[in-house]
Amino acid sequence: MSKTFRLDGREIPFTAGQTIMDAALAAGVYIPHLCHNPDYAPHGSCRVCLVGVGGRQVSACTAPAAEGMVVDSSSEAIQATRRAILQMLFVEGNHVCPACEASGNCQLQAVAYYTGMLAPHFTHFFPKRPVDASHPDYIIDFNRCILCELCVRASRDHDGKRVFAISGRGMDSHLVIDSPSGLLGDSTFAASDRAAHVCPTGAIIPKHRGYEQPIGRRLYDQEPISVVGDRQASLEIQGEVD
Amino acid sequence: MTQASAPGPKAGAAQEAREFVIESLASGDRVPEHLLQHLIAVQHRFGYVPEDAVETLAEELDVTRTQVRSAIAFYAFLYERPRGAFDILFSDNITDRMLGNQRLMALLAERLGVAPGETRADGRVSLGYTSCTGMCDQGPALLVNGQALTALEPHRVDRIADLVEQGAPLSQWPGEYFRVEDNIRRPGLLLSNRATEGAGLRNLLEKGADAALAEIERSGLRGRGGAGFTTALKWRFCREAVQGDPRVERFVVCNADEGEPGTFKDRVLLTSYTDLVIEGMTICAGVIGARRGFIYLRGEYRYLVPHLEAVLARRRAQGLLGKGILGEPGLDFDVEIHLGAGAYICGEESALIESLEGKRGVTRKRPPFPVTSGFKDKPTVVNNVETFLAAARVVQWGGYWLRGEGTDKSAGSKILSVSGDCARPGIYEYPFGTPVHRVLADCGAQDTQAVQISGAAGATLAPAEFDRIIAFEDVPTAGSFMVFDRSRDLLDMVRNFAGFFAHESCGFCTPCRVGGALVRDLVEKVAAGAASEYDLQELRRIGAVMRQGSYCGLGSTAPNHILNTLDKFPEVYRRYLRSADYTPSFDLDGALAEARALSGRDDAGAHITEMEETP
Repeated sequence: MSKTFRLDGREIPFTAGQTIMDAALAAGVYIPHLCHNPDYAPHGSCRVCLVGVGGRQVSACTAPAAEGMVVDSSSEAIQATRRAILQMLFVEGNHVCPACEASGNCQLQAVAYYTGMLAPHFTHFFPKRPVDASHPDYIIDFNRCILCELCVRASRDHDGKRVFAISGRGMDSHLVIDSPSGLLGDSTFAASDRAAHVCPTGAIIPKHRGYEQPIGRRLYDQEPISVVGDRQASLEIQGEVD
Repeated sequence: MTQASAPGPKAGAAQEAREFVIESLASGDRVPEHLLQHLIAVQHRFGYVPEDAVETLAEELDVTRTQVRSAIAFYAFLYERPRGAFDILFSDNITDRMLGNQRLMALLAERLGVAPGETRADGRVSLGYTSCTGMCDQGPALLVNGQALTALEPHRVDRIADLVEQGAPLSQWPGEYFRVEDNIRRPGLLLSNRATEGAGLRNLLEKGADAALAEIERSGLRGRGGAGFTTALKWRFCREAVQGDPRVERFVVCNADEGEPGTFKDRVLLTSYTDLVIEGMTICAGVIGARRGFIYLRGEYRYLVPHLEAVLARRRAQGLLGKGILGEPGLDFDVEIHLGAGAYICGEESALIESLEGKRGVTRKRPPFPVTSGFKDKPTVVNNVETFLAAARVVQWGGYWLRGEGTDKSAGSKILSVSGDCARPGIYEYPFGTPVHRVLADCGAQDTQAVQISGAAGATLAPAEFDRIIAFEDVPTAGSFMVFDRSRDLLDMVRNFAGFFAHESCGFCTPCRVGGALVRDLVEKVAAGAASEYDLQELRRIGAVMRQGSYCGLGSTAPNHILNTLDKFPEVYRRYLRSADYTPSFDLDGALAEARALSGRDDAGAHITEMEETP
């Protein structure tokens, strides 16, 4: 007999070892997330998947599910914390949705809408960050990086390459590329890498394919992320990704 | 200042760096875990980590060059660009500021002709600030090429400027500059007796590991590093991990990364109670079945390395460390010293383990906890220096000995590091249950406005709370006790701590990384007189998100000082607000500065006077 916990009043079955996120996703219940991707080990860094458990807030992607647990994923208090965290991510980098090729396909934007975030609220830091267009097939726009480390993990754990890493600390934390020059074009990165397809924002985007699909007809323009889920998963369904 | 050529590496430096690395690699195992230790050695030798050292380390240790570079960028005491031949970093805890470190920095900067945060063009000297160096009872303090220097005053600073200009090696600097005092003011249960003849260790051998663990259990000893986890449980979990399989390697780690601002008692324990600390580690090893141990020593205490090495060597010679301890076949244990390199987060046990493995000190996901999956994913006990000291005595004198003092929930004593506005700063040991006012009276504090207890991450206590007691169940503390009298502006403390946490956030999770920077900027906005009541609400709101949402204890405790002072000392903020309701944070006149500079105007017409406040 499978065990269950309650998520916003709904019984969610789980098996031993599953996190709250695993069980919720398996049951088709959406918990917002950015650094989580079921293909990789839970990371717990973005904190967008915070849920309330017994008066505390824990990240659903790292917290083990437990029998009889009561999980709050939809109260205004939880949504307000998530909103504040998303606003922090927006002011930390330079996210200009109207001018971004990823708009409408961007999980950061879609999750922000899901939590009811309408403006970045906090004072922008406006960091000076470069764009790396040295690779023939892909561009990295560091302005849009949210340090989720999905490309780091995909390159290391799936591609077996270790192209990406995080350097620095605190607000100086930044994505770096393992090549003699530090440029992507000088690394072993390839368009066929899984790391090229896991970015939840527009930080790692293909060249030569801009605006093939007009804004307004993109994934999250049609349906909210709580219905269609992660972009990578939906691409896999369409057969765009290996 | 003349525009001399930038300090470049000398000819052949590349080759030299390569050779240095190869040589230092030859002296030990070529394992990625040693990356940080090699980087520290290279930094110490060359004043930075040259590109060739990065490449050589990457090749030889089988890590990517990015891993090497990202470690350099993470640790405050590692640099990719050359520092001055004299690299001077002023300790910048609030207690250093209260003792005038900024004035002394200005003096030294003027004498040497270099601005704080800069390296002089001739490469002779770099000036900068660093987080608390643990000399709060004898500050202001600084580090010169990693060596701790204390009790700064204008004359000493003058003399330092001369020595730097003369290029005098540190060995020729007056020895008293580097003298570090213990300042033990009130010895108690642990500090009143320094003697050790290995009695605890002998008890372990005579009565067995089970009996030793039973004594620890009986004593009710809880971790002295702040979290207060029951020591016996930690040891038992580690011992029983992986079904207690004795073939699985286990590790003992002494957390000597005493980075909490205002704490310095571990420095004294490592200086004058060294044998007992190592004995505690050895007993732990005997109980859990470990053969290797580490002292993770914060980089600021690097000056203690020769002393620690000497004690370790003597203990090996005495048969108290190494193979067959005290003649007991199979009881093998030895201790290595690993240095930190300027990262507060490494005091958190899982970040410390990451750092021990040579990586950036980023907190691990828990569970699994270190007791089952610690160093190299093997069962590991990480305890504070003071905990090992207490454990050694508990096994020597029995669990009831510790229970003889303290409260039901907090057995024994607590060693406090007292600093700030008091006549006698230093080390004080009290039974748990001692009220705060007793400590204040003993250290000669007068007219006290506030006590910051357990460091920047701890609690701010107002006078109405001075009858609260030091105990896990009331006011828990890792040992830092900073006193502020009524002449102080507590906003200076808040600014210091907010800057500290923004600087020390590891950057892994969003609330701590971004929230910490937002808090720092808002506090500066308050100090600049540009904040409104709304900004105070913002501080609360961000503080709450950090407290609830952060990934580890650093982020969740970082806003404590903000939330505490907003609650208990609202006037500290209010007096900086220009109006109660709204103040424009945008400075219209200031925004025209660039236009004035371009047009060469500075007349009244080129200024916008502030609008009159409407009543």
